[in-house]
Amino acid sequence: MPRTDVLIIGAGLAGQRAALAAASAGASVAIVSKVHPVRSHSVAAAGGINAALDPGDSWESHAFDTIKGSDYLGDQHAIEIMCRAAPDEILWLEHAGVTFHRGEGGRLGTRAFGGASAARTYYVADITGQAILHVLYEQLMKHHAVVDRYEEWFTTELLLDDDGRCSGAIARDIRSGHLDLFDAKTTILASGGAGQVFKPTTNALICTGDGIAQAYRIGASLMDMEMVQYHPTTLAENGFLITEGARGEGAQLFNAAGERFMERYAPNKLELASRDVVSRAEQTEIDEGRGFPDGTIALDITKVPRKRTLEALREIVNIGRDFAGVDITREPIHIKPGMHYMMGGVKADVDGRTDVPGLYAVGEVACLSVHGGNRLGANSLLDTLIFGRRAGEHAAEHALGRRAPRAPAAKLRDAQAEIDAILAREPSAGSRRIAALKDELGTTMNEHVAVYRDADGLATAHAIVRRLKEQAPRAAIDDRGTVFNQDVLAAFELSYMLDVAEAIVVAAQERRESRGAQFRTDYPRRDDDAWLHHITISRNGDGEPSTGSAPVTITRWQPQERTY
Amino acid sequence: MADYTLRVRRFDPDDHQGPYWQEFAVALEPHRSLLEALLAVKGEQDGSLALRCSCRAAICGSCGVRAGGRARLACNTHLERVADADGAIVVEPMGNMPVIKDLVVDMDAVHWKKIHRVTPWLLPEAPEPEREHLVPHAAMVDVTQTMACIQCGACVSDCLSLEVDPEFVGPAASAKAYRFVGDPRDGAQEQRLRDLAEDEHGIYDCTHCFSCIDACPKGVAPMDQIMRLRRIAGVDHEIVDHNNGERHEEAFATLIHDYGLLHEAELLPRSYGGNSWFGKFHPAAGLELVESLPAIAKAVLRGKVKPGQALRGHRLARGDLDAVHAIYDAVEAGAPSERERVAARDGGGQS
Repeated sequence: MPRTDVLIIGAGLAGQRAALAAASAGASVAIVSKVHPVRSHSVAAAGGINAALDPGDSWESHAFDTIKGSDYLGDQHAIEIMCRAAPDEILWLEHAGVTFHRGEGGRLGTRAFGGASAARTYYVADITGQAILHVLYEQLMKHHAVVDRYEEWFTTELLLDDDGRCSGAIARDIRSGHLDLFDAKTTILASGGAGQVFKPTTNALICTGDGIAQAYRIGASLMDMEMVQYHPTTLAENGFLITEGARGEGAQLFNAAGERFMERYAPNKLELASRDVVSRAEQTEIDEGRGFPDGTIALDITKVPRKRTLEALREIVNIGRDFAGVDITREPIHIKPGMHYMMGGVKADVDGRTDVPGLYAVGEVACLSVHGGNRLGANSLLDTLIFGRRAGEHAAEHALGRRAPRAPAAKLRDAQAEIDAILAREPSAGSRRIAALKDELGTTMNEHVAVYRDADGLATAHAIVRRLKEQAPRAAIDDRGTVFNQDVLAAFELSYMLDVAEAIVVAAQERRESRGAQFRTDYPRRDDDAWLHHITISRNGDGEPSTGSAPVTITRWQPQERTY
Repeated sequence: MADYTLRVRRFDPDDHQGPYWQEFAVALEPHRSLLEALLAVKGEQDGSLALRCSCRAAICGSCGVRAGGRARLACNTHLERVADADGAIVVEPMGNMPVIKDLVVDMDAVHWKKIHRVTPWLLPEAPEPEREHLVPHAAMVDVTQTMACIQCGACVSDCLSLEVDPEFVGPAASAKAYRFVGDPRDGAQEQRLRDLAEDEHGIYDCTHCFSCIDACPKGVAPMDQIMRLRRIAGVDHEIVDHNNGERHEEAFATLIHDYGLLHEAELLPRSYGGNSWFGKFHPAAGLELVESLPAIAKAVLRGKVKPGQALRGHRLARGDLDAVHAIYDAVEAGAPSERERVAARDGGGQS
């Protein structure tokens, strides 16, 4: 039974940054991840990380771009903290060894990104997330004496003590099937997003919203759950991401008539408008019959000099070749908007604290809210690192003065009984396979809870999610073993995804206006008088989601009409 | 749609039966990935089939398997590329690492242990600058080739030297080492190189078989990185290791220059005794010769070596030998050291 000051769940950028910060603040740290840390989905962040580091740039400009990008739903005090801290964080990363590409005189180089009024995106080719994640892992290996790593351990639930404080978690060693109880004075959730709720998605198979559902189940509020980002350039066939860096480097979008249609939707920023704006423009072109026959848009990367593409966009050269059979340096590639990111998540303050004492949340699992209705490209890596560090420091400091909790062994027995019940499931008439249930969920969400939404579609989606929730506990299991039993994990993940899906749908139904990523065709206007606030979701006494609201913090930037 | 038969090597430590083969039929388009086929099996037929996978797009490095005769990522492998004429695809766990279950191998026991071996974190030269380090763009682009490694283990799986010497530091860890040796911000390049040169399981343990380059899905070319480490160690830092790795390379190059083809009988004595005709008279060469006698005898008995020719060396036609010399001249004239090469490509930090 491991006991630590700070328990961190999830080992992507947010989790690893939190671990390093907590350890350097003197706390004992355990970091638990259901995959090896370098497999975490932060690895897929391609384009870069934003910071107003250049003397000609300013954090205020970065903050304003972020706030405008959020469609004024972002909390401005949190955004200020993030944008002010960004330059120092970039330098910290550079000193730790991140191989940022360079510009003039060997200084850090930048590229342009969507929704930004300056080129302030620092990058490593188009593997920025991978490069940072691997360098943080280098640092975790360096600090192995003070950070205990539990790699390939699957967290099944968060624990509450009698005072309603989070006292740690229960996790299963995937390699042995051994279930253990982690006592922790403070717990930081950093377990990422929930893209798998949608199909297709750019997100990895591991992004199943575990942390969102686990926090929700012990009473934490969720916030901005209706805000689901559709990325403008995902591969038509399978939803894989083509980085925004491509457009940052000069790639252009065309409809089937060869028209550069962004001229009509965002005459100033064109392809580099906010993601919600570009995705809606593409979807409109497609819906109104100006897309290609397979329901796609052409992204023309041949506008970028070939040498530059091969150096700075090497990953999407591979993706084009391997997954679309296209040489992007010679011909356009077909794309469409695809589910990419959850702006919403577990409601947290600027130190990562959630509504549940002792429980923190950072990164995509959390909602602070620095992204509001729509996240700017290259702000997510920044979010994970800034608030990962802050939560790590705060949790460490907070833990040092406390007595260690000790969860009763009964909790572990109950958790084992839950797993035994899954293992004992017998196929019965009408029991479906987990993969089939997951497939129906993803397809449903992508049909009804996508770029354009309306009351009828959301009601349909809600009904299907409710039915899937009833079917899930009877889903068939093939693997009865202990070692690497992925069936058991899939059963847990499916139940988490269904909780997350329901929260998304309920929040989207509640917000009867159009703002950021939420566009309601039945309420097509932004309505600041009625809806300039966050929608929260929490679990009521019957275990059902109930909606509430939280104010949006406005410091100095009053809402304006949003044009690009 | 096409019909494929996945022939999967399975193993479940719970059932105490040892490994076995199982066939699964799947129907998918030929350009679909092996991962999609395996996930279709898992989702529709047998959820107990264990494999690691996550991103599906060759970024996370989870889904290394052996298929079509070598290690590769399942996610970026098209079915048609690994199927035989009957649509059969043999899928096995990666090699050189213990199997945990089915297609899941113990990467900690081998791959990550070796990564740890090379002190895999930056050892910056103190003091830290107030802002960023000023380094050439080309140097960062250069080390990005090794940063592009996704730690999938495919190179480790297919490394032939590792099969013979499990202690060999191996291709992935060597590439990781280059990521620091090639990084101008690192202050411990000489120690790193000396460490890897002096280790008898270090950089001179590679036999240039190219398997790792073939297996790598990300163009990291681990063997190239090993060769660069050797060159920087030998040429830039003049590290002459006690394993005779550096001398062996020197002797090899000299013999090819002088004879056009390898003069086997001279290679060993020169590697141990010094890189000249007199090398064979050095006591170390004599000792090595005595120790190698059984191997030499075996090679002669099996007809792999003809004693006369081995002692005489190959004789190339004068014109051919001139052509070999021309290659040497061109390479030596045009080949700056690794560091010069990187600096030159950068154009003085401006790009």
